[in-house]
Amino acid sequence: MNFPKELKYSKSHEWVSYEQDGTVLIGITDYAQKELGDLVFVNLPEEGDGVTAGEALGDVESVKAVSDIYSPVTGTVAEINEELLDAPQKINEDPYGAWLIRVENVTDTEELLDADAYEAFTKEENQ
Amino acid sequence: MKLIFERSVPGRRCSILPPCDVPETDLGEFGRTKELHLPEVSENDISRHYTELAKETHGVNDGQYPLGSCTMKYNPKINEYTASLPGFTGVHPLQPERTVQGCLKVLHTAEKLFGEITGMDAMTFEPAAGAHGEFTGLLLIKAYHDRRGDTKRTKIIVPDSAHGTNPASAVMAGFMVVNIPSTEDGLVDLDALRAAVGEDTAGLMLTNPNTVGLFDKNILTITQIVHEAGGLNYYDGANLNAVMGVARPGDMGFDVVHLNLHKTFSTPHGGGGPGSGPVGCKAFLKEYLPGAGVVQTPDGYCFAHHADSVGSVKAFYGNFLVVVKALTYILMLGREGIREASQNAVLNANYIRTGLADAYDMAYDETCMHEFVMSLEQEKHAIHVSAMDIAKSLLDYGIHPPTMYFPLIVHEALMVEPTETESKETLDELIHAFLEIHEKAKTDPAYVQSAPHTTAVKRLDEVQAARNPRLRYVFE
Repeated sequence: MNFPKELKYSKSHEWVSYEQDGTVLIGITDYAQKELGDLVFVNLPEEGDGVTAGEALGDVESVKAVSDIYSPVTGTVAEINEELLDAPQKINEDPYGAWLIRVENVTDTEELLDADAYEAFTKEENQ
Repeated sequence: MKLIFERSVPGRRCSILPPCDVPETDLGEFGRTKELHLPEVSENDISRHYTELAKETHGVNDGQYPLGSCTMKYNPKINEYTASLPGFTGVHPLQPERTVQGCLKVLHTAEKLFGEITGMDAMTFEPAAGAHGEFTGLLLIKAYHDRRGDTKRTKIIVPDSAHGTNPASAVMAGFMVVNIPSTEDGLVDLDALRAAVGEDTAGLMLTNPNTVGLFDKNILTITQIVHEAGGLNYYDGANLNAVMGVARPGDMGFDVVHLNLHKTFSTPHGGGGPGSGPVGCKAFLKEYLPGAGVVQTPDGYCFAHHADSVGSVKAFYGNFLVVVKALTYILMLGREGIREASQNAVLNANYIRTGLADAYDMAYDETCMHEFVMSLEQEKHAIHVSAMDIAKSLLDYGIHPPTMYFPLIVHEALMVEPTETESKETLDELIHAFLEIHEKAKTDPAYVQSAPHTTAVKRLDEVQAARNPRLRYVFE
């Protein structure tokens, strides 16, 4: 499984990428997409919506179940990855390329893990 | 198999319709300009078509159907007999009341008996299914707070083990949903509940026994916490089959309930429906009920409209014939039979659970109610055999799979609910099948991973079906 060093991770299995322009990209991890299985639908917020750290920003649906995606940060949605709405399988194929939303005006961030700590956390979950 | 449209031959006809006995009228611009796409087939073609469809499905009449949370019990044939009596089928909902006294008596009696079983004072039969009942019940709760001017109560509390319809219905009724976690032993976390209630609490939705098949022993404390905060308690009747005639939601502190007649009261569930989701309530909510109830007067039965109704949720009186079937069921069973049905449902579930406990991981290793949940997480990681693979393998034994991947709080969940209408022999068959599959998974996982092997269609591509559904025939 893949845990890119440059990203930060939440315990609810989202990844966060701090971009140079001050915005933040959010996606779900390789571990999360494997656990969920093949995704068939993605529900994302709209541009301009607020997201709150620790609260659902949208959901993903696999053939098993619908699961909430939690926002690791508080801020405003600057952009959504519209491509995913028609092609949710891109999350399975490339979880770290298929970002879900870009957030700006980030005012709060929940406690995030680095790659090593997150990898250890997923191993614990699988015990 | 061929679709009905692929069997169609131009000009082929079925019945000869009697000549039109009313004058023909030209509808002018409202007339249809395109031919209807109707299949042109003979009666023989249709008959074979439906038989072929039936062969490719699995129903309660084909074999066991231990689909957790769905209570797929046998549908007694006498229900069909009573529901096809001409006095029930040959009526119109707008007929004068004095000409449909029998139908009114059915509704009146059903309200009384279901009220007795649930501990409720009044009931509506309008809702057509469970989630429709939830929505209706939540409208009663909303009306209660609104009429008191208590407009800040906007939140409905739902435990994380709830059926997905609970939060969905709450949102549909205009509420916000507050999710509370379950404890390690699968029950409502009382501290989390105490922390969640407040001046904005409209109510709590709860299934008891819950979706992991456990009766919440703290139920009186739970409903009290909500009442003291000013909220109402809603009982999701999905799992009533475990406690009929034994415990009543009304005595547990619930104010509103819905029943699923198509689960608990033996009317067909699924494609064979329609369903029926009556909503019962305590007396102080009665006048908010939809539409009209039936009252008995010296001159016979008549409809009485509820004074402060939330409005109708379905045309006329709901799926009336389903109520006829359910009433038949409870009259056939009687007071003792109702109780015995629940007791046997619980006994059967525990018989299977005990028979499987050495091979399968039980999510909660204790005496269950009418259903129990196993987790295949260990097998999934150790030998890459998932809950899905076990479920698919059961098809090779002529058994419908249990519910998979629900409730969400148990990973790789299989949820088994045998119901009371299975005999010891069929329960033993189920146990044998589960054990044999588990053995096979260890020695030949590839076989189990590629099951089913003997069914008309093999493993379906569910991902493709969800991403690119083809739901209708495309005409040239």
